[in-house]
Amino acid sequence: MGNRVVITGLGVVAPNGTGIAAFREAIQKGISGIRYEEQLAALKFSCQIAGRPIVPEVLQQQYFDELELKQLSSSGIIYGVIAGMQAWADAGLPLTDTPDWDSGTVFGAGSSGVDKFREAVYKVDELQVRRLGSTAVTQTMASGISAFLGGKLALGNQVTTNSSACTTGAESVLMAYERIRSGQAKRMLAGSTADSGPYIWGGFDAMKVSTFKYNERPEAASRPMSATASGIVPGSGAGALVLESLDSALERGAAIYAEVLGGHINSGGQRNGGSMTAPNPDAVQRCISAAIRNAGIAAADIDLINGHLTATGKDAEEIENWCIALQRKGNDFPYINALKSMVGHCLSASGSIELVAVALQLKEGFISPNINCEDLHPDIAALVARERIPQQLLYKDINLVAKASFGFGDVNACIILQKYLQP
Amino acid sequence: MDKETFIEQLREIVRPYAKNQEALAGINANTDFITDLKINSANLVDVVLDVEEKYDIVIQNEEMERMLNVQAAMDIVEAKLKEK
Repeated sequence: MGNRVVITGLGVVAPNGTGIAAFREAIQKGISGIRYEEQLAALKFSCQIAGRPIVPEVLQQQYFDELELKQLSSSGIIYGVIAGMQAWADAGLPLTDTPDWDSGTVFGAGSSGVDKFREAVYKVDELQVRRLGSTAVTQTMASGISAFLGGKLALGNQVTTNSSACTTGAESVLMAYERIRSGQAKRMLAGSTADSGPYIWGGFDAMKVSTFKYNERPEAASRPMSATASGIVPGSGAGALVLESLDSALERGAAIYAEVLGGHINSGGQRNGGSMTAPNPDAVQRCISAAIRNAGIAAADIDLINGHLTATGKDAEEIENWCIALQRKGNDFPYINALKSMVGHCLSASGSIELVAVALQLKEGFISPNINCEDLHPDIAALVARERIPQQLLYKDINLVAKASFGFGDVNACIILQKYLQP
Repeated sequence: MDKETFIEQLREIVRPYAKNQEALAGINANTDFITDLKINSANLVDVVLDVEEKYDIVIQNEEMERMLNVQAAMDIVEAKLKEK
């Protein structure tokens, strides 16, 4: 047995709310963060809507100094630093002058500083490499976000960035959990970030995985589990969670959101129905089953699932995988919600933003509503009782939540969180 | 351009990079960018780029290496402006 691991701090920069208070209100009220994007329309995108967080300059000035802001054009770093520092403050942890050797970070990203990279590419091609300045490297290196956070928070333990497409956020939490459980760190800032903008979202538009049917109705566009779901709405932002050994949390008298009981990460090997872009169903089921085993719980005790559920044709398949892995269906199926109905698909940040939502629901005893699935997909209705897919906010004590994320490359992650009861 | 005007303009250029505001307030020909103003050495290239932009000049690699204090910056910029 290793150390028990708990969540003691949360931070979030989401399309429907920056900061925990605004985000909580949004996910309780079912407020969509999806908006029309003039820039995407001007660039002739098929999908002209997106989930882009609102981070006014006055807010940025609280987290970056004048020089940093002068040179910063990596939206992912802006989101990640704000969410990460919020989580640190929320956990009641200090900003110190000496490194904290027991604290580190695993803060994931799908790519880094694509706008900065674009500037650099233009300069290089114009034979102006000497004019790149001093921050082209630090803003475009994959680990830019963890490097920024490491400096802001004086982290003296492992400082790294993981990357596994849309499982990145869930994976970061499991990596941080393992490091604390094994005793190599006392506290780890886990989380992930995703850049905004056309150069990130263009590829999804080209693949036709983004919906092009709701440009006139942005708030209705992200429709997980709906019969009229027609593709993802691209999003961005960052979620951050301070993970801490239970001993350290109790010693500090920190407030505890939830306990991380365990989880599992695997891949379908891009075989048996799995491919670069689609999950092997056998791997998904194995991932969920292994997470349950590792957490030492029974599938029958899970109260709530926070799905991956992206609003593509794959949602029904995901539900079927849950039914098989848990051996539960109909009225016996756990409650399930899809945060993406409100924020779109925040890509590499999706898992961490969704885990922040899960931690809030566990701590405060509510289940956030699914919006835009009033016309439940018939294949899903055949598997799960309608009342298990709430469309209104439910106040309910929940004890165990399973959260899964899946990503390109046929990679999967599943995490089990439990409500923490003060002894 | 007289010396005082130049130092005044240079003060504004280095202001965002200088970590020592007191030294910035008392900036003079002998002020060293790194030891006095506490500018991060990685940011020296940014200072050079900002100086180039301000005076519409191009500073060569060898000159950049020497440009570590106010006097050196002044000498280099003056020479460049004369060449124009």
